[in-house]
Amino acid sequence: MDGSPDLKNAGPAQSYSGPPDYRVVGRHGVFPETSHDEIARFNFLAHMNRHLSTRIMPAVKTAWERRAGPAFETRESRAPNDRHEVRKALLQDPYYQAWSALRRATMEQRQQAGRWIALRQAEILSAKVDGLTKAGDRLELDPALPIPRYVSAVDHHCMPGSYHREVFPGDVSGAANYDSGIFATTGGALGRFSDGGGHAVVKWVRKTLPDFRPHRILDIGANLGQNVLPIAQAFPDAEVIALDVGAPMLRYGAARAKSLGVENVRFVQGDGSDLSRWATGSFDWVQTTMTLHELSLTSIKAIFAETFRVLSHGGIVLHVEQPQYAADMPLFEQAMRDWDAFYNNEPFWSTMHELDLDGFMVEAGFDRAKLIHDGVTAVVDKDVFPDAADDEGEDYGRKAAWHVIGAMK
Amino acid sequence: MSLDLALALSSAKPAGSRPYFMDPEVERVLNILMATVQELAVTRERLDTLERLLEAKGVVAQSEIERFEPTKDQAAERGLWMQEYLNRVLRTLQQEAEAMQTKGDLASEEVALEVSRADA
Repeated sequence: MDGSPDLKNAGPAQSYSGPPDYRVVGRHGVFPETSHDEIARFNFLAHMNRHLSTRIMPAVKTAWERRAGPAFETRESRAPNDRHEVRKALLQDPYYQAWSALRRATMEQRQQAGRWIALRQAEILSAKVDGLTKAGDRLELDPALPIPRYVSAVDHHCMPGSYHREVFPGDVSGAANYDSGIFATTGGALGRFSDGGGHAVVKWVRKTLPDFRPHRILDIGANLGQNVLPIAQAFPDAEVIALDVGAPMLRYGAARAKSLGVENVRFVQGDGSDLSRWATGSFDWVQTTMTLHELSLTSIKAIFAETFRVLSHGGIVLHVEQPQYAADMPLFEQAMRDWDAFYNNEPFWSTMHELDLDGFMVEAGFDRAKLIHDGVTAVVDKDVFPDAADDEGEDYGRKAAWHVIGAMK
Repeated sequence: MSLDLALALSSAKPAGSRPYFMDPEVERVLNILMATVQELAVTRERLDTLERLLEAKGVVAQSEIERFEPTKDQAAERGLWMQEYLNRVLRTLQQEAEAMQTKGDLASEEVALEVSRADA
């Protein structure tokens, strides 16, 4: 052996970079069944998303620099003042239009593909979830809970029914659609169980706070619990609450956790802006993962205040989000990151990313000297999945590389 | 019942008015085209699966598919299929061409009035 490559093994997989075949997706007891062609549809969509971000989107910048930007300056005799002016100028450019139309079409196709899978077996999934959740206390619903306006006004990610609507009592097709299709939207960048964000948080906590032994953990906006399960598994002695306003997500999430053998999580229907059911100092860790951008200004402030109240002394709050629009982020990048806000039904995304979150946390009671800022990337099985840490590219708001904004009380 | 649900609701519109980035008629065609492109990829993947299974079971090797040469008659059948196919897909262009060569072509609506007149 002389160290030269073993040509016998140098098949296409050796040099392949791109989304893995959907068949590596993690399946659990309530994961929907998928036919050959349904899988092929997700494979197409994963590649379509990658093509859009790596092959088409870079030229949107060219169109801005060579065409839309100079046209703006000629028309207005000045440079754009903010990202909204950049976005509105881009809307006039045919290349931005084509990229946007394709990106929107791909998202709608992803929802259609996932909904077909989930709806055609909706009754079976509902029965399976029922079977896994009717005994025990792992699921606690509150049918009287008002659904906040920020959830009900438009369906996030063009996902009909959003997180809260049911097609029939006990329906979980919305959750099954979310769970099965996120792999296609992210090209597998979140890993087998779409939990790369949760694993990233665990890795960060273990490295940064090696002696931290949480007893009670609250995850706000837990969705179907995909990011809180790695936390619960990493701290098996902790009691974990997964809080969300959407009952179908919680039902599905509780059944999913049960079938994955994670027993220390309770799925509770509730609104993070009112944690009055829990006494002051009840938790030593409050977590949100890609939740803040789906709230509203009043709810984010209320959640920060409630978070401070329910945290014990020495407890931590961690918010995982896409990076804020700092003053040094070019307006073009800010405008591109705003796309999902306006064209993929994430209405709070734009405002949230310009907020002074540090100031909000100090206002909520946290000590400015104990604020936390860091960056993390999705933790995935690198043999199978693309690793965001190795990815030099940018997908403006969709890359699996996030900021951690938090505080210790 | 689930299949009925899927047929009725899988293509549902999400809440929130839809943005259009192009002339809505152009974007409508693009949306239909991209769904068709997706289904072509699905068919291609299914065909690929079939070829690999046939090879694994020793029925047909992929190299045989690559080396396949139709006989003259087979080539003629395939050629005719391709002609029929293109005719069908590009129907609208043939009709536009015929329209350019037609003089005094009336719309059915005009003829409707004509044939309904009392003196017709």
